[in-house]
Amino acid sequence: MSVLNAVPATASVTARNGSATWRLIKAESKLSIRDKVGPLWGVGCPLIVLIILGVVPALREPVEAAGGLTYFDLYVPVLILFNLAILAMTALPTTLAGYRENGVLRRLQTTPIGPARVLTAQLVANFAIALVATILFLAVAGLGFGVDLPRHPVGFVLSWLLASAALLSIGLLITALAPGRGPATAIGTVLFFPMMFFAGLWVPIAQMPEVLQTISHYTPLGAGMQAFQETYLGHFPSAAPLLTLAAYAIGCTIVAVRWFRWE
Amino acid sequence: MPAVIEVRNLHKRYADKVAVEDVSLTVQEGEIFGILGPNGAGKTTSVECIAGLRTPDRGEIEVLGLDPRRDRAELTRGLGVQLQAGQLPEQLRVAEALELYSSFYPDPADWRELLEGLGLAEKAKTAYGKLSGGQKQRLSIALALVGSPRVAILDELTTGLDPQARRDTWELIENVRSRGVTIVLVTHFMEEAERLCDRLALIDGGRVVAVDTPAGLTERARIEQRIRFRPSRPLADHLLTSLPEVSGVTRRGETVIVTGNDNALNAVTTVLARNQIVAERLRIEQASLEEAFVQLTGSRLGSH
Repeated sequence: MSVLNAVPATASVTARNGSATWRLIKAESKLSIRDKVGPLWGVGCPLIVLIILGVVPALREPVEAAGGLTYFDLYVPVLILFNLAILAMTALPTTLAGYRENGVLRRLQTTPIGPARVLTAQLVANFAIALVATILFLAVAGLGFGVDLPRHPVGFVLSWLLASAALLSIGLLITALAPGRGPATAIGTVLFFPMMFFAGLWVPIAQMPEVLQTISHYTPLGAGMQAFQETYLGHFPSAAPLLTLAAYAIGCTIVAVRWFRWE
Repeated sequence: MPAVIEVRNLHKRYADKVAVEDVSLTVQEGEIFGILGPNGAGKTTSVECIAGLRTPDRGEIEVLGLDPRRDRAELTRGLGVQLQAGQLPEQLRVAEALELYSSFYPDPADWRELLEGLGLAEKAKTAYGKLSGGQKQRLSIALALVGSPRVAILDELTTGLDPQARRDTWELIENVRSRGVTIVLVTHFMEEAERLCDRLALIDGGRVVAVDTPAGLTERARIEQRIRFRPSRPLADHLLTSLPEVSGVTRRGETVIVTGNDNALNAVTTVLARNQIVAERLRIEQASLEEAFVQLTGSRLGSH
């Protein structure tokens, strides 16, 4: 075959693989929504909490040492992290470990697409759901309860992207190391509660004892919360939380890729 | 006809045991090639190596001129595989699965046609998790064929299907073959092997015991004929045992059972006629593939 003939063939292969990946992403998004874990626990639950907390007048008091933000103001980013954590650490590993356990990955291995692409599709699907949820939470908090948007939007977007990357890579790591679907769900759930504690779900970080505050800053959700809080106050987030998030994202991805079990 | 699959001296062991000891076989283009053997004989491991899902410890494999491990990406375009353990997401619907999988291939088959052909049209909108075992099996076959493969490997094709669905599936496979697709069929189901396969490899204990047509295997096993009848008058055994064609005579109640070679029937009827005895309820039992299998491998197939 001449070089001239080979070019369109390669191009069509690329286009086809592109469309297959796109179809896979659409299918995985549909499946994530049908699966209900993400939409119900990851989106519905924090949204309802947001609305309930929004109507409690006591939460409109400013939090000491939080730069003038009220309890409710702080709950908006906490619940955004809640959403990310559920999608990335519970929904994602449960689905992917289930795929491995049930032979879904194995079947894909017999097709030209291969199993790695379904991982990508799941990551993209959960990322997209998280993106929609974050916009929804910001809109409900803003339009419904008068919470201003973060005053440093670029910093906020960057923090959000880094937090998503960190959490999704933790989810991937859980998937890689958990022996099956059951253990994957268990690990994700067990990690979820302490991590949410350090994000300030129950007690704002600013009111924690100093030791816990320090620990918090090195947890992914604590670092994410710290970065978010700074952007709400109008600053570009400081290096420490951003680097912490990036370190989680890179470290967990490397370990997950290195030790991922396909069967 | 050119060979589409060549396996030479395949050897694969797992941590605790040897799954495939020494398997060599050649599959010709356009044939339905059966791999028959009891559970644990090494059938599935062999086809998984052929499909490139496992790396053999020793031996050479060539499929469509490609190395299944090295040229995986290219091979998957021409090879459709239906595995025993290979499922779909529970919530994925039948039509969605077929449409999605057809998008993976350069020149896919019409998935709607496959849906019809496998009797799944009514289930197009049903989620995979809600299908019966037989329906899952049929969808799995459809997914193996959706890429219009040149070679299809089907592992335990009709296990879990009811008799009607089984016959429908056999018909479908014959149709697929008539379009020129080479088919490798792993089975422990004799009727299926006898009905569908042009040639068969008998595998036992990780080795190929024999490769032949179903009729050839039966012949090769040299199983004796069994002739059963009830004599109209008492019959002395020695009349029959003295015949060179007869190897044994036993009785069960009034029924006489004679075993012997291919010419035994002629010899027996001649003796009976000479003695004016009528053979009532005469039955001749032909050797089946199953008996041939037992004879050739010395082991039994699992229940089916």
